[in-house]
Amino acid sequence: MNKLVLLGDEAIAQAAMDAGISGVYAYPGTPSTEITEYIQKSKLAAERKIHSDWSANEKTAMEAALGMSYAGKKVLVCMKHVGLNVAADAFINSAITGVNGGLVVLSADDPSMHSSQNEQDSRFYGKFAMVPVLEPSNQQECYDMTYKAFELSEQYKLPVMIRITTRLAHSRAGVEQDTVLEENSLRIPEDSSQFILLPAYARKRYKGLLSQQSKLEDDAASLGFNKSIPGTDHSKGIIACGIAYNYYMEIATQHNLNYPVLKISHYPVNSLTVQKLVDSTDELLVLEEGAPLLEELMAGMLKGNYSINGRLNGTLPRDGELNPVIVSEALGIPVEDRLSVPGIVAARPPALCNGCGHIDVYSALGEALKEYSPGRVFSDIGCYTLGALPPYNAINSCVDMGASITMAKGASDAGLKPSVAVIGDSTFTHSGMTGLLDAIIEKTPITVVISDNSTTGMTGGQASHATGRIHQICIGLGLEEEHLVEINPMRKYHEENTKLIARELAYNGVSVILAQRECIQTAIKRKKT
Amino acid sequence: MKTDIILSGVGGQGILSIAAVIGIAAIDSGLHVKQAEVHGMSQRGGAVQSHLRISDKPINSDLIPEGMCDIILSVEPMESLRYIPFLSKEGWLITNSKPFINIDNYPELEEVHAAVKAIKNSVLIDADGIAAEVGTRKVSNIIMLGAASGFLGIEFSALENSISVIFGKKGEALVTLNLQALAAGQNEAKNQLNS
Ligand SMILES: Cc1ncc(C[n+]2csc(CCOP(=O)(O)OP(=O)(O)O)c2C)c(N)n1
Ligand code: SF4
Repeated sequence: MNKLVLLGDEAIAQAAMDAGISGVYAYPGTPSTEITEYIQKSKLAAERKIHSDWSANEKTAMEAALGMSYAGKKVLVCMKHVGLNVAADAFINSAITGVNGGLVVLSADDPSMHSSQNEQDSRFYGKFAMVPVLEPSNQQECYDMTYKAFELSEQYKLPVMIRITTRLAHSRAGVEQDTVLEENSLRIPEDSSQFILLPAYARKRYKGLLSQQSKLEDDAASLGFNKSIPGTDHSKGIIACGIAYNYYMEIATQHNLNYPVLKISHYPVNSLTVQKLVDSTDELLVLEEGAPLLEELMAGMLKGNYSINGRLNGTLPRDGELNPVIVSEALGIPVEDRLSVPGIVAARPPALCNGCGHIDVYSALGEALKEYSPGRVFSDIGCYTLGALPPYNAINSCVDMGASITMAKGASDAGLKPSVAVIGDSTFTHSGMTGLLDAIIEKTPITVVISDNSTTGMTGGQASHATGRIHQICIGLGLEEEHLVEINPMRKYHEENTKLIARELAYNGVSVILAQRECIQTAIKRKKT
Repeated sequence: MKTDIILSGVGGQGILSIAAVIGIAAIDSGLHVKQAEVHGMSQRGGAVQSHLRISDKPINSDLIPEGMCDIILSVEPMESLRYIPFLSKEGWLITNSKPFINIDNYPELEEVHAAVKAIKNSVLIDADGIAAEVGTRKVSNIIMLGAASGFLGIEFSALENSISVIFGKKGEALVTLNLQALAAGQNEAKNQLNS
């Protein structure tokens, strides 16, 4: 069979299509975006009319996926780790309803926060929901585990989670494909109460989920994704989860290490899985990309003075992603002297593109705010967050998608007037609209600047649900028409824009400044095609 | 055989095309390949790098361990220096001499070039100048690939085939241009190393 050279993300996408999905639902988010983009460009997906349009946010994606599963079809839903917070209500409850068609939930974590606000570990969500979690260590496993995940989901009648991290998502290698399976046909669930989580039904379903746990543990131990690799040196045992296994093997090969290894790629893990390794070794090193989930679990399982080394006792750093050097040092192998970076090398942080409309928004807003004391601009997540950096220094917060409008409201309620929100168009339809509704209903004095570049810029320019709709949405939510002010964020309109913003800052109610100019990167791409 | 390469530059300078050409050439030569890319936030005009590993044996880590890299191939001189803790003692640093200045505190260019020359094995290539001679500055990344071609452990003809495959979709003219760029880069490096 011919080998495709694929990103981890692309291997997951290919496997999901080959396993016979009828749809993928997702909201963009690094490092998960390329999964859906790959399906959007795929010939097979086009032939089969596999659903692949973006969703408004991760919660709508998760729920639509559950609906497709209800109708009997196989479906993939993808998000970055913080997206799972948004989808959490639907996700946790999908473990109680269970599924009909195979449902696989892909969550891509970002340890070291290359492009994120935190480095939360999605495996905890899997454990919380009590569903199986698969954690591939390489691109071929991304393919194989995704393919298998649909089968497992239909066998257990549960959603199955796949957890990857940035390095695997964005690293390429050769991948072999399996046979392409048919899609499922439409068939609604036999037990019609399965999806009705009235307390009386939900209690029953929950007991069912609990009673499945030992089977899930047994299968994790026996299906072959967790592997025991014997070794001759019993002074140490190694537990390596997901991609951490690669770093260990890199160092072990280089230095001829011969410790017994337990490679973990399938959860839930029970004590039987680890007991043999523990019984035969003097101490343990637990290598996990992300938070010390297994390490904590092991500390609870094991009694006595057997020592467990890892992120909790300082053998490994408590935060950040692993790499071969960190793993080498944890194994007590010092790294040879390296050349150091010359002092002249300057940092080159990401920046707003030259000519980006967000810059003109900030310069007009900054000038209009000059007459007030600083500290009033609540912003949000997107390219415009780079307005936090010099030379703009234009914003005072960025927390989670949609938090600009609601934080501005809370601060205004506390007495901070004027109080300003700056939000992007895609973020507005993701999670901003509901907060605006709160403010409109209470007539809370806030000024909301929607910097609308007609795209989802930060993640590479995906279509935005907001394009062409923001005006109508605001009016529909009940905004007063005279306080919906449209401006063109260009340098030549700077003075006019500043005056309009200043006028609305003084208004004792809700105003929306709609600043509309297309992202220049998206415009270039659009003109090319 | 094993070649560990770090590709570096600034977001938008085309290091991922270099990676793609080497990657396909390596796979076609029956070798294993792993290539870690940077997507997302840092692409926005920031420093970008890619770890590209080629070997006749299966490859474990997606990341090259520090001190183990055989080649740093950079399309920007200051960016080549950012990754030298990865370079092995006998490794080669091969970089474009032309700076990409999008920050206020970019160091003096002479100091950057001096720091490159201070590395035991280094080659400075005027890729933008040579690219202009070939016909367009857009091929300066392939000039750099040509300059590194003798160090990769892959046949030159495999790189040529790979260019035909990758650029073939966009027309014969672009293939010819990139093949010329590859050869021009190779020549320049040969001339420098022989003098
Ligand atoms: C819950 C959640 N989902 C996804 C992301 C990833 N993400 C960060 S910014 C962004 C897009 C923002 O688009 P927009 O608001 O239009 O601003 P732009 O980048 O275009 O300026 C996305 C998808 C995230 N940080 N959090
Ligand atoms: S990608 Fe678009 S929105 Fe983002 S900084 Fe560049 S021009 Fe602005």
